[in-house]
Amino acid sequence: MKVFRNLLNVIKPNFEKGGKLEKLYPAYDAFETFLFVPDHTTNEGTHIKDAIDLKRTMFMVIVALIPCVLFGMWNVGYQYSIASGESMTFIQQFNFGFWKFLPLIIVSYAVGLAVEFAFAVLRGHQVNEGYLVTGMLIPLTMPIDVPLWMLAISVIFAVVIGKEVFGGTGMNILNPALTARAFLFFAYPSWMSGDKVWVQNASVDGYSGATILGDLASSMNWQSLSGQWSMSDMFFGTIPGSVGETSMLAIILGALILLFTGVGSWRIILSTFIGGYFMAYLFNLWGYNELMSTPAHIHLMIGSFAFGAVFMATDPVTASQTNTGKYIYGFLIGVFAILIRTFNPAYPEGMMLAILLMNIFAPLIDHYIVQANVNKRLKRATL
Amino acid sequence: MNIEFEEVMSKNIILKKGLNIKLEGKADKVYASTKPPKLYAVKPTDFHNITPKLTVKESESVLAGDCIFFDKYNESVKICSPVSGSVKAIVRGEKRKILQIVIDTDSEIKYKNFNVNKSESRDDIIALLLDSGLWPFLRQKPYDTIANPKDNPKAIFISSFSSSPLATDNDFALYGLDELFQLGLDKITKLTTGTTHLNVDGNTIPSKVFTNSKGVQINKISGPHPSGNVGIQIHHIDPINKGDVVWYLSPQDVISIGRLFHEGKSDFSRIVSLSGSMVSKPRYYRMVAGACIFSLLENNVHEGEKRIISGDVLTGKKISEEGYLGFYDTQLCVIPEGNKSEFLGWLLPGFHKFSMSKTFFSWLLPNKRFNLNTNNNGEERAFVVTGQYEKVLPMNIFPMQLIKSIMMEDIEMMEGLGIYEVSSEDFALCEFVCTSKMDVQNIIRKGLDLMLKENS
Repeated sequence: MKVFRNLLNVIKPNFEKGGKLEKLYPAYDAFETFLFVPDHTTNEGTHIKDAIDLKRTMFMVIVALIPCVLFGMWNVGYQYSIASGESMTFIQQFNFGFWKFLPLIIVSYAVGLAVEFAFAVLRGHQVNEGYLVTGMLIPLTMPIDVPLWMLAISVIFAVVIGKEVFGGTGMNILNPALTARAFLFFAYPSWMSGDKVWVQNASVDGYSGATILGDLASSMNWQSLSGQWSMSDMFFGTIPGSVGETSMLAIILGALILLFTGVGSWRIILSTFIGGYFMAYLFNLWGYNELMSTPAHIHLMIGSFAFGAVFMATDPVTASQTNTGKYIYGFLIGVFAILIRTFNPAYPEGMMLAILLMNIFAPLIDHYIVQANVNKRLKRATL
Repeated sequence: MNIEFEEVMSKNIILKKGLNIKLEGKADKVYASTKPPKLYAVKPTDFHNITPKLTVKESESVLAGDCIFFDKYNESVKICSPVSGSVKAIVRGEKRKILQIVIDTDSEIKYKNFNVNKSESRDDIIALLLDSGLWPFLRQKPYDTIANPKDNPKAIFISSFSSSPLATDNDFALYGLDELFQLGLDKITKLTTGTTHLNVDGNTIPSKVFTNSKGVQINKISGPHPSGNVGIQIHHIDPINKGDVVWYLSPQDVISIGRLFHEGKSDFSRIVSLSGSMVSKPRYYRMVAGACIFSLLENNVHEGEKRIISGDVLTGKKISEEGYLGFYDTQLCVIPEGNKSEFLGWLLPGFHKFSMSKTFFSWLLPNKRFNLNTNNNGEERAFVVTGQYEKVLPMNIFPMQLIKSIMMEDIEMMEGLGIYEVSSEDFALCEFVCTSKMDVQNIIRKGLDLMLKENS
């Protein structure tokens, strides 16, 4: 570490005021603070501070995503071996998925961070840590076959339109990772839906690599599907789908890490599942189409419902900020996700749209919660 | 003496939110003595919203209780010398702002005598408190300024305990002072037509000095820090609405007031705890407000760069090794400076790092006392994480929304969200836990100052 410190000390003058590369200071600062927690001390106010900072917070989310990443990589290989009929060992399956998924991660981080650094340098502010998580979430929500250039464009769109135009991390209205996915979904629908993209090279031999939701939306019967996929397939995640979303088990592990460390909001996660179950149960009673008659607990396990509830809905910047608001926000996400899934077969993936929709409504929810507090205080004063 | 014994409804309040920060270097309950300090200082900066008008010149001699300066906009409020001696220096800062009036003390403190025979009516008590320089002990909410003697507060609050890290134990400091405390209370209760509340610590068995007090409403408050903050207590017992004024003071101030009416002199001495991980022998001392702390620290601190704080680690003021004890402070803390960068500090397990979250493995050691330094532990960021402040602020107030309304200077929203009920010290824990490292206390203070300007 002495080596790093000395190296930084040597190049630092170039980036400081008056140095040749003065304009690039934010970029230098990002690297320095990545390597070293700075020697800044408190001055006014509290003399001691909690050890947590944004880097640690984001790092914990990355840790929570690791089960999903590892499982997703293996599942890519596993699904491929089923589709192609090739017999592969566990290690071979993982290796296959690893080398397919790694480029997605690299492109996502490289492009996203490049945009972030560019904005930081242009605006002269520090590079925020927000993209550390977004950069991992984006590839996890993608089908494995997505072309890298498409991924790159969606990342640029997400960072620029989803975040930077509002002023950067902490100021955005929409979840950046979902903005990327929504962009691809509407710009290149053939790459983001249907039955060809979820399994690597699925189209080769006419194997149907449709997701369970896709099958249900095309009016395939739940009973016949449950012959193809068992409950444990859905729980463990050995089904086709976006890379990170399939395994309920991996998502639960991630959720436990988020909740235990206090980084994720249990209010949002809990109320999203309750909202989803409630809506799906109501539809079970109605039973108009195949998606409606799919059992409520299955609804929570298929598609990106669980992944969205744990990793997307809980983004503190775009969620409701009041504790009471978080219950309402989560509940409505659950309700809308099932509603969109069920009523619009063109968008079997309702979770993404439900979260984006509630991102828009979160400030309104907070407004009413806060106003209630204001009114209560006014009433007390006039008594 | 004629004390009215009234049946009062005492309240029992249990707070769930908050955070106890366990630090190394808690003061042992032992009195130690030290070489008496030669220099004392009165610092106008200890008093918020005061414009000092000096009444002394350099090298003039003063008695303990002689006026040093008064408030230009409220001339009856005087700040007096805590000791006798001669004015050594008047230290000024930018724009000739007075920072310190340094007094070179006599070997023995000589007190100005006050006639306390006529001290039964409210007006007499106020006049004597103003004259003796003890009045500034009475502070008001909203705004946390010295009480205005022309106001009639709706209630007076005394928090008998502090819940802050390494806090001075008032049960220990006031041991055996039952009569002086009661005498002080008898005078203070006359200052309001409303109730005087004495709030005791529900987490322990509080001292008889407090529980046997007469003429006041005794409330029990339990829960983690900031349960001892008077602002939090007021919020739950008798909240402040727009236009309300509440006065408050601390138990040791009550003793000083009791002494004034008993002995006829302004005694600014109090029991002070010296604590913190950099102190070799953390113990209690008897000190006078404004005392130079140099002799106290001599041969009693560990090697290394240190931060000396007059007050507690969350709300106190940074002072130098030759600095002076603040007017309101009953605590001195010495902790290590954290001006060193740490290689990949945000990535390491962090067994020695304290956090409200469980993102560091120190959660495995729930009873550990931590040796925290002054490192900021990260850089300032925009608001990202939500729900953190809410965990440590036991008030029915939306902290983040209030802070944002202050940043936008939205007066109406600030009023609606309860600016009159808050003090910066109540938000100290919010600042401590903040992931984005916001200077929350400063923001709240600015908000209060804005309202003060708006309403004057």
